[in-house]
Amino acid sequence: MSDIEYDPHEYADPHRPREDHAPGDEPEESAGHWVRNYLIGLALAALLTVASFMAAFSGLIWGPSVPVALVVLAIAQMGVHLVFFLHITTGPDNTNNVLALAFGLLVVFLVVVGSIWIMSHLNHNMMPMDEMMRM
Amino acid sequence: MSDAPFSAAVEAYRRVQEDPHRLGHRGHGEGEPVPGTGHGETGPASKRVIVGYGFWIFLLSDIVMFACFFAAYAVLQDATAGGPTRRDIVDINRVAWETGLLLASSFTCGLSFAATNARNKLWTQVFLLATGLLGLGFLVLELQEFMLLAAEGATPQRSAFLTAFYTLVGCHGLHVAVGLLWLGTMMAQVQLKGFRHEIQHRLLCFNLFWHALDIIWVGVFTIVYLMGAVA
Repeated sequence: MSDIEYDPHEYADPHRPREDHAPGDEPEESAGHWVRNYLIGLALAALLTVASFMAAFSGLIWGPSVPVALVVLAIAQMGVHLVFFLHITTGPDNTNNVLALAFGLLVVFLVVVGSIWIMSHLNHNMMPMDEMMRM
Repeated sequence: MSDAPFSAAVEAYRRVQEDPHRLGHRGHGEGEPVPGTGHGETGPASKRVIVGYGFWIFLLSDIVMFACFFAAYAVLQDATAGGPTRRDIVDINRVAWETGLLLASSFTCGLSFAATNARNKLWTQVFLLATGLLGLGFLVLELQEFMLLAAEGATPQRSAFLTAFYTLVGCHGLHVAVGLLWLGTMMAQVQLKGFRHEIQHRLLCFNLFWHALDIIWVGVFTIVYLMGAVA
């Protein structure tokens, strides 16, 4: 592991070539930039949270489509958190972070969708419990 | 030292030995703060990046673990064995409060890291304390919820659904509790040691951890509570 320390203050000049950045870290240093970023994130996340609760309880949305709306709102809010709180960006200094995230999401997707898919098929093919008892 | 040029050569040799394909090295272009290894203008990534990236990998593996619990919950959510259903266990006001507290704590945690980067000890501590209190409020509400449910007989042993529920939500709560311990430790370290490099790295990691917990909570309140309430 490297012993070389990294000081973000050295990277204030946007035209200067930069190295990669850790997630949650940014080269830009002014406190105002950070606070503005977090305020935008908080506002969007709060908006999406309220929208989720309203989608579930206000009856504005057609009943059977509520779960889909909730999933979409949740994914949107996770995106807001990633961008504004964890500072995952599309910039060249973030490639490693994005690739690791993409692989993590692939595994999450396989585990969740695969489990639901397989188990629902098993449920479908399984004999009802009372019939099994009578055997 | 008298053998300064020689020791630089030894250092370059050591790097090639440890990392023959220079996987941990890359060019930084002109004005790089890191000395090269002898093959163009390259150098190892800084410790801040290595620590932060490593912790990011850990967090992603933690999220994969939560994905397993989410999958178990999704599969078992209707296996109530005649006991309480999804709809019965949701107290929506409590969930709204928990969500608000955790989101606010995520925000104050971010502000504390902003203060860290501005090297402002007072505001770092103030926002860390606010984060801790908000997180504690969340934890108290969740424990109260668990105790109320258990008092009504909705314990983890009651049904597969409740086992999955307590595992998923409880594991998130456990992470929050561990995070609070970490937070207290960081406050003490900031106070006693100041903004040394390794303290900054730990604060960066703590910031990542706390934000990741909030992302997982978004999944929890959507899948478990809101979908349970409309089920």
